[in-house]
Amino acid sequence: MRILSLAGRRLAASIPTLFLILIGVFLLLQLAPGDTVDALMAQMGGGDAATAEALRKFYGLNLSVPAQLGNYLWHLVRLDLGFSSIYGKPVATVILERLPPTILLMTASLSFAFFFGLVFGVIAARGVNRWPDTMISTLGLIFYATPSFWFGLMAIVVFSVYLQWLPPGGFEDIGTVQTGIWRVLDIAAHLVLPTLTLGLIFLAIYLRIMRASMLEVLNLDFVRTARAKGLDETHVITRHVLRNALLPMVTLIGLQAGTMLGGSVVVESVFSLPGLGRLAYESVVQRDLNTLLGIVFVSALLVISVNFVVDLLYARLDPRIAAEG
Amino acid sequence: MDAVKRYFRSPAAVIGLILLLLVIAMAISAGVLYPRDPLALAGRPLIWPFSNPRFLLGTDNSGRDIAAQIFYGARISLLIGGVATVIAILIGILVGAFAGYYGGWVDNVLMRITEAFQTLPNFVLLLVLVAVFGSTLTTVTIAVGVVSWPAPARLTRAEFLSLRNREFVQAGKTLGMKDVQLILGEILPNALPPVIVYASVVMAVAILLESALAFLRLSDPNVASWGNLIGLGRDVLRVQWYVSAIPGIAILVTVLAVSLVGQGLNDALNPRLKSR
Repeated sequence: MRILSLAGRRLAASIPTLFLILIGVFLLLQLAPGDTVDALMAQMGGGDAATAEALRKFYGLNLSVPAQLGNYLWHLVRLDLGFSSIYGKPVATVILERLPPTILLMTASLSFAFFFGLVFGVIAARGVNRWPDTMISTLGLIFYATPSFWFGLMAIVVFSVYLQWLPPGGFEDIGTVQTGIWRVLDIAAHLVLPTLTLGLIFLAIYLRIMRASMLEVLNLDFVRTARAKGLDETHVITRHVLRNALLPMVTLIGLQAGTMLGGSVVVESVFSLPGLGRLAYESVVQRDLNTLLGIVFVSALLVISVNFVVDLLYARLDPRIAAEG
Repeated sequence: MDAVKRYFRSPAAVIGLILLLLVIAMAISAGVLYPRDPLALAGRPLIWPFSNPRFLLGTDNSGRDIAAQIFYGARISLLIGGVATVIAILIGILVGAFAGYYGGWVDNVLMRITEAFQTLPNFVLLLVLVAVFGSTLTTVTIAVGVVSWPAPARLTRAEFLSLRNREFVQAGKTLGMKDVQLILGEILPNALPPVIVYASVVMAVAILLESALAFLRLSDPNVASWGNLIGLGRDVLRVQWYVSAIPGIAILVTVLAVSLVGQGLNDALNPRLKSR
């Protein structure tokens, strides 16, 4: 319960942040050339000024900026994100349709990066400054410097074009209708390359942090005690060191959530996945500013929820945090 | 002098420095080696690398020299990376210094804003900025700088918090120095080294951000940049994959060089941490 109230307080503290973001981006978008009506008129193939005026009135765009902002926030409280003229649907619907692939992709990439970052970090720390460490650290540096979209393209060339093992893009095979387990397998096959692509840079970051964190914890007194009482090395690592070394890794999940969401914009474009990131890109290209603002809101919300979960995890890993409150 | 000696003792740092100098040399020599416009048509389209001595790295979809674009691209990447980093570090120092020095409500307000910037994914904010201000070289550079300042701000703030109550600052206060004098003249020089080292991380990320933007064709299309070329090569990826592959390697090498130099500087300036 203590943990929940602690994390809840952090959650409540992030509400002003959320409003700050929304107001900032809303005002910023006022400076953008063209508004929803312009985009709509362009799609209709033009129209006279009277129609534009009527549409502006309909969408409430003839009001002053503060009034528009107030309107937007008031609608937002009721979870109404406005209407996307490009998609002809409410923004909330458009975003909800696009959310599952992104969440799936992020979860998969995070798990991949976290797991292998942990394993490689431990291996590197165990053989510090010997060849496994040098090799893993060098690979980490190279992964960190690799532009994700470029890695994705090269992976498509190797695995989809030459070896033809995996599909080059899309979320599932549209040609054949599949159900049940086959559909799951099909989607999984489509997500292998995007997951690797998005996860690569985070793998590099995680293994570096895990290595440093392991080296730090290995030097602490309780590890010496554990060794002195005759525990074998595997036991010392898994039971005593790992749990303590994991704390910075968990912190990192929260810190990197936003970066990962930003990375999925690029990765989803490379693999033409119908996710939130691709929607963000499309709404910039199509000047669908209402949808863009909605995406800003939802991504901030996502980052805040990830941080909430991280707070809970953190308290679970380290009981002292909940106790000190 | 000790720091310089320590820097050159690390092979990784030396390799990084050599690579970085190589990229800088490419940027400087671009105009001499390829006096023509890198975006002008040069020959037949899609010539493979190493098959024609006139085009060492081949040509792209529309017959432009890839090698020339790589050399000119080094200018763009270093320019955008460098200027955006300076912008981010300056904003970061300003915000961090005020927040850390004054504390209280100033700190509260500034940290709220920093938090807002950190909660919003920086690439999404970058998209918003590009949607609003367009994608010329200047706007993209400023936009990349504007989305990158929160981390240096937090770092500067932490340094200021630990330094503001030291004896030398209190001595300055009793001497009647003004706040600005204390911040700029006394605390900042001591807080600067870790921030400068962190600049390498900012620069590496800035180069990656710009290239991703260019790849999505949302950066300035009128300059020869590596990201643009990768985006262009995507159309012929299935067979002529080299059009995308070559500029990607250039980005990788540049970002790697910047990170290695940064790490080398860090180890050289904080020798006690190196044993970790």
